[in-house]
Amino acid sequence: MRARTRRLYTFGIAALLVLAAAVLAYFALRENANLFYTPEVLAEKGLPRAGKEVKVGGWVEPGTLTYTDGGATMQFTVIDNSPNTITVRFTGVAPDLFREGQGVVATGSFDAAGQFTASQLLAKHDENYQPRELKPLEAGG
Amino acid sequence: MIEAGHVAAFLALALSLAQGVFGLRGERQLAGLIAVAAFGLMALSFLTLINAFVTSDFSVALVANNSHTLKPMVYKIAGTWGNHEGSMALWCLVTLGFGAAAAGGMRTGRDVFEARALGVQGLLATGALAYLLFASSPYLRLDPAPFQGAELNPLLQDPALAIHPPMLYLGYVGYSFVFALAAAGLMEGRIDRVWAKEARIWSLAAFAPLTIGIALGSYWAYYELGWGGWWFWDPVENASLMPWLIGAALLHSVVVTEKREGFAAWTALLAVLAFLFSILGAFLVRSGVLTSVHAFAVDPERGTLLLIGLLAYGSFALGLFAWRAPKLEGGKAWTLVSREGALMANNVVLIVAALTVLLGTLFPLIAEAFGRTISVGEPYFNLTFVPILVLILILLPIVQAWAWGKADVKGWLRWAAGGAGLVLLFVLLGVGPLDISPGAAFGIALGLWLLFGAAWELKRRAITFGRIFKMPRRVWAMTLAHAGLGLFVIGAVVETTGRYEATLALPVGGSDTVAGWVITLDDISSIEGPNWYADRAVLTARRGAQTAVLEPMKRFYPAAAMPTTETAIYKTGTGDLYAALGEQRDVDGEARWVFRVYFNPLVDILYLGVVVIGLAGLLGMWPGGRRVKPAEAAALP
Repeated sequence: MRARTRRLYTFGIAALLVLAAAVLAYFALRENANLFYTPEVLAEKGLPRAGKEVKVGGWVEPGTLTYTDGGATMQFTVIDNSPNTITVRFTGVAPDLFREGQGVVATGSFDAAGQFTASQLLAKHDENYQPRELKPLEAGG
Repeated sequence: MIEAGHVAAFLALALSLAQGVFGLRGERQLAGLIAVAAFGLMALSFLTLINAFVTSDFSVALVANNSHTLKPMVYKIAGTWGNHEGSMALWCLVTLGFGAAAAGGMRTGRDVFEARALGVQGLLATGALAYLLFASSPYLRLDPAPFQGAELNPLLQDPALAIHPPMLYLGYVGYSFVFALAAAGLMEGRIDRVWAKEARIWSLAAFAPLTIGIALGSYWAYYELGWGGWWFWDPVENASLMPWLIGAALLHSVVVTEKREGFAAWTALLAVLAFLFSILGAFLVRSGVLTSVHAFAVDPERGTLLLIGLLAYGSFALGLFAWRAPKLEGGKAWTLVSREGALMANNVVLIVAALTVLLGTLFPLIAEAFGRTISVGEPYFNLTFVPILVLILILLPIVQAWAWGKADVKGWLRWAAGGAGLVLLFVLLGVGPLDISPGAAFGIALGLWLLFGAAWELKRRAITFGRIFKMPRRVWAMTLAHAGLGLFVIGAVVETTGRYEATLALPVGGSDTVAGWVITLDDISSIEGPNWYADRAVLTARRGAQTAVLEPMKRFYPAAAMPTTETAIYKTGTGDLYAALGEQRDVDGEARWVFRVYFNPLVDILYLGVVVIGLAGLLGMWPGGRRVKPAEAAALP
């Protein structure tokens, strides 16, 4: 095969693959890039499609942590500087640094009624870390 | 003591600069001697740092911030690199170590080329040392010295994590010398057989420890984070995966350059990119621009400096490439259906896979620039990275038999039919008697297909069993690596699709059933370690005649004021029964302890596969692998 033909084929195949990957990536990103909701953002934008994976972040409102399901499931309210709240339900072990009053980021989905069920909870990672997405809670907020 | 180390590091900086100058001027011997001396000085400097940690010298700020007298000795030592400054010192040490090793280990017989490679390595070391000394110095004193240190992040006090950073850095920084070889080759305008032979060895010297380092990091996340998973598509993990993918592509393309003088420009480009992606990884991890569960030692300002370094190295190397690459020779002729064609396909796929990882990792940053806060998780990577890789894995056993130049593909259809039959059989078995999903059955069949392909390749190369031990080591290395890939695929598919997880909330004496195991909480007690105390649960798991005792802990490190999860793992023979202890919960006035219990099938096979790939890399660089005479090499199919 002549070098030019070969180069043509090579680039053709590479271009096809890149194109296929780009199409895949486009749809994967459109479907799976998780939007980040704080209570304020949720109030602004409304509920995302039921079952779509999103992230919810905020501060655990003190006094709202309860357990159901024999203790395996926890439920708490997330607040931010707005008057709105989101109720989060999570079955599992809370992260080591999960506390009432602390920041938390939950990955999961809303159902049609606006109940958020988390599949993963992240609390701040160590004493110096706080999730980048969260703005500090103002005093009294 | 530490001042001596500080001075030694400055001397190493000066010597590195000299190595750069003399090396680029073509003085091979002098540059080599300087490289060895610079490494010696940096090694001394690093020893003073380790000494400060071992003796808990809290007048050194780094020790005061990252150590504690009660910490076990192994973590005092590991604490040296378990923080930003110390890990940069390690980075410098490894850069200089590769320079010194190369000074004695290069065998091209081309003095000017070798001198230039050492010269470029010297300049890379100069950059790293300047960054260490002027932007993240580990040698600073505290006055007055505190009586006690602030402790190393307890998550890092772990055996796997003690050796994970040195391994990973051998990989990341190993590519610095591959970069230097590419730059020197481009300066000479000669990316040929001799160059490729040398570059292949050093690519393996970086690839093998990088592979092991990634496996260690993943294993740590598996048992220390208590989430049961082994890969989270976390930015820090992706940062190590990208150089690995490019390094793997490089290993395949450099062979074409070595055997057929082909792909010269492409190989040089990959050699440059592997190191650039290593620095990009360091930037993503250290700058804190991305949220990560592995994040440590984050500092935006230092991130900027790393970015500047990345741009400087990148524009230097890519500029050199743009200038020289058009002049490189094209090598021997080939058609698409040939080993060259197969390796090209391999490269295209690996690079596209690396790009999808890059896109997924950087996309949150891009979106943030447009004012949207999003994150990209596992589903994205499962939809892009995985299918792209599956494509090449299907082809691998078939195309690895193709000959150079133009392959005879008469048997090709038979192969394809055999492979398709195997997959079909498994999918039928899977949805029928084995009762697993078609996807899982396909994945397992793919892994077996790779194992079968590796065995077939051995048979084809050796022809008779008696000759199997006389084969060149590189053939063994390649075959083992591909078999390791097969093991990894089987383990990964079975673990991901067959994982079972449940949350239990048990009072002491209570029990529940998970995946056929009856799990009873026998006891909760408080125990104490050298620098921690913990709640320890005693769980008994019974299934049939099998009984396992699991003792997961929740530790608290008072000096760091930080809890950690210590999971308990019982090897059942077919997988890991894995338990993590959560917090105490008050349920209707009764105290219950919450547990996360997993059954992770075949997870050991997954890690075994990755370790086999890493060891195969070491085997491939062993000098014995070079015994093949050119005549023999040409005779190989």
